[in-house]
Amino acid sequence: MLKSVIEADRRTVLRGAAATGAGLVLAMVLPMRARAQSGAAAVIKGGATDTAFAPNAFVRVAPDSTVTVLVKHIEFGQGPLTGLTTLVAEEMDADWSQMRGELAPANTALYKNLAFGIQGTGGSTAMANSYEQMRKAGAAARAMLVAAAAETWQVPAEEITIEAGIISHKVSNKTGKFGDFADAASKRSPPAEPSLKSPSDFKLIGTDRPKLDTQDKATGKAVFTMDATRPDMLTVVIARPPLFGAKVKSVDDTDARKIKGVVDVKKIPQGVAVYAKGFWPAKTARDVLKIEWDETGAETRSTDEIVADYKKKAATVGRVVRKEGDAEKALPENAKTLQAEYVFPFLSQAPMEPLDFLIEADASGGEAWAGTQMQTVDQAVAAQILGCRPEELKLNTMMAGGSFGRRATPNADVASEAAEAAKALGRKKPIKLVFTREDDLHAGYYRPLYVHRLKGAVDQAGNIALWDQVIVGQSIIEGTPFAAQMKDGIDPTVAEGSEDIPYQIGNLRISTHQTKLAIPPLWWRSVGHTHNAYVVETFLDELLAMANKDPVEGRLELIGEKNPRHAGVLRAVAELAGWGAAVPEGRARGVALHKSFNTYVAQVAEVSVGKDKLPRVHKVWCAVDCGVAVNPNVIRAQMEGGIGYGLGHTLYAEITLDKGRVVQTNFDTYRSLRINEMPDVEVTIIKSDEAPTGVGEPGTPPISPAVANAWRKLTGTPVRHLPFTRHVQS
Amino acid sequence: MAITFNVNGEPREVDVDPNTPLLWVLRDELGLTGTKFGCGVAQCGACTVFVDGMPQRSCVTPVELINGSDITTIEGVEGPEASAIQKAWVEIDVPQCGYCQSGQIMSAVALLRDISDPTDEDIDGAMTGNICRCATYVRIRQAIKNAAAELKG
Ligand code: FES
Ligand code: FES
Repeated sequence: MLKSVIEADRRTVLRGAAATGAGLVLAMVLPMRARAQSGAAAVIKGGATDTAFAPNAFVRVAPDSTVTVLVKHIEFGQGPLTGLTTLVAEEMDADWSQMRGELAPANTALYKNLAFGIQGTGGSTAMANSYEQMRKAGAAARAMLVAAAAETWQVPAEEITIEAGIISHKVSNKTGKFGDFADAASKRSPPAEPSLKSPSDFKLIGTDRPKLDTQDKATGKAVFTMDATRPDMLTVVIARPPLFGAKVKSVDDTDARKIKGVVDVKKIPQGVAVYAKGFWPAKTARDVLKIEWDETGAETRSTDEIVADYKKKAATVGRVVRKEGDAEKALPENAKTLQAEYVFPFLSQAPMEPLDFLIEADASGGEAWAGTQMQTVDQAVAAQILGCRPEELKLNTMMAGGSFGRRATPNADVASEAAEAAKALGRKKPIKLVFTREDDLHAGYYRPLYVHRLKGAVDQAGNIALWDQVIVGQSIIEGTPFAAQMKDGIDPTVAEGSEDIPYQIGNLRISTHQTKLAIPPLWWRSVGHTHNAYVVETFLDELLAMANKDPVEGRLELIGEKNPRHAGVLRAVAELAGWGAAVPEGRARGVALHKSFNTYVAQVAEVSVGKDKLPRVHKVWCAVDCGVAVNPNVIRAQMEGGIGYGLGHTLYAEITLDKGRVVQTNFDTYRSLRINEMPDVEVTIIKSDEAPTGVGEPGTPPISPAVANAWRKLTGTPVRHLPFTRHVQS
Repeated sequence: MAITFNVNGEPREVDVDPNTPLLWVLRDELGLTGTKFGCGVAQCGACTVFVDGMPQRSCVTPVELINGSDITTIEGVEGPEASAIQKAWVEIDVPQCGYCQSGQIMSAVALLRDISDPTDEDIDGAMTGNICRCATYVRIRQAIKNAAAELKG
């Protein structure tokens, strides 16, 4: 029983679904529910479901009145499992204790992200794109239950109320539960336009809600892809090229095959796959493979050479993405100027759960389990490799141990390696591909390296007379299916966060040079905002200092009346932090403000010089405006986590190449923030009736510039080449 | 070579390469997947278990070294400190992705068994070896303090 086995059998599930007559929607395995019922540590079982009422693709009511919400967004800590379930519960007037959440499997037609048109999670869109959809799903379910109760009791539907999951008709003194009317409700057709509650009637939305997945995660019971197994499953570890763009020339696997537990070794397009009974023999054998690599055309430069090349490009104006006034105009007399060059390193997302993908292929397709952030793409790519249609490869969404963007690659790198490995083995056995941490850090898909070059000027009156910014770095979406978002060949992710600078500056020009490298680029928590927020907020801080203006007051002046939500969070954080009051001896405070994914965040960081001569961040105050605050508990948690994630990388982390080879190997060299380096965090949430926007990413961009601004005040040194560890050494 | 030891009070015997880390014996041989793999080089603490009551990184503990030992994993951890820690963890929703949390909880239980009323420095000392990429550190610290307060009664 302790052996973790996924017992879902595709055919049984389909049969079961057919038997209940619920058709295709029910054919989707609901792994989390089954596990919750069994209570066993890591047993995942699909199949039998006790749904009595399934009004739509999202809501399931069981005879015992529990309501299960199929959540179309992956859960990796950012909270959609709880958040989307809350939306349904609100409109159903359910009691929170009867609610359950399950991750929906891949099914683009039913579960696409309305912001993308494909099934996937990203850009902090989970709440924003689901807000109406999930509320409508709940409202429809409620309307059908009410109609069923009205018919049974022979009373007018308008007289029926629901409170905390209890359906009542006060006049006739009748009450019932959802389960009592599930059967009757399932025979009714859903309303065309279910009416939604007015926000003033919300009972669950807007209040702290405990997360549905916490209990399992605090007891080791939550099942990640890493924990899933299938009967006879083999673990696969892959040897990949040591240089980006290199290929396998020849393999000698004699020693590898001698290792006990090793079953096979196969060449696949991405490298050499070792199949073994368990991770340890697979990894040990992989490490003793003797591989000759063909390095023709591979990237052999060091990071410094790439930076030097980028700096050359940054000296010329690129393609202009935003222009106000005339940046070439002669500066006013006695204007003070500032020139600065910024360098941002490659960064790896390094989610805590190393990358993995379980696939059980058969002649007609198969089934897969993965913490996938883009179900549609992973399913399509893997299916194509296996020679089946996407729907013939059933893909179950697993809880993911973090992602930060890494589990959403436009080319489905992990899914395609797993599919190739399954195919190369002749689909004989289920296989689970597992990355080591070293594999993860070496695989690419980094936040690209960027160089910014800025020229600014402040006139005698203290006004900013010039802002001329050039950005150089890889396009993330060029050449991918996401390239459709590009206009005139310009990738919006390169300049996002600079291009929409909220400050009114008369003469402003922002231009970009998009580069191409063999090193695959990817989004990384908050994407382009990571570097753009840093540049805008630190360069502005320096200009304001030249103009003898207070960082908060100076920003508010430049925002003017135009961007009230920016101004709102900035004022709120200044008040929360007591901006302007005395700061303890040896410490300084910095502020930063940034909007990303339509969420506005301002932060103040209080910093001293630590023992290691790096910033010691004592406290961070944070104000966030994300529209309606669905679950303040999750919003605060995401601000705390976003701050810690941003801070750790700004201070310590970079991926560098030495003649094309990645230098960092594990968390010893790719240093992560630890508990002793984490500041205290205090969050205030702006009260708002605007539609809710995401919180998974927007907490990250402001922390780095807030710390850098405090550091400059404290030490006089502006830090323009990240991470901070570079400045201690040099 | 057969190696025997107790896991969560049950006697176990495995026949694997004696160099195999305890982590992979627990996960792949015994199906105890609550203990996680995060780095494999004693840097992250996700694989923390108790060996004869002491917290250890199972990813760098060759199984031959624990012949005859008592192993406790997240699946079997119990006692007043474990209950208080897990309760505090749930009460303030510490986990985000959750992947590091088995290790965090094992380290926190070991801390409270050692020091019933830990200071911030004690918490830093005991928990610095446990990385949380989601940076749930503010709540980890708070939950440890809440658990300590509850144990004091
Ligand atoms: S997996 Fe053992 S310390 Fe990271
Ligand atoms: S909760 Fe995600 S790594 Fe700690």
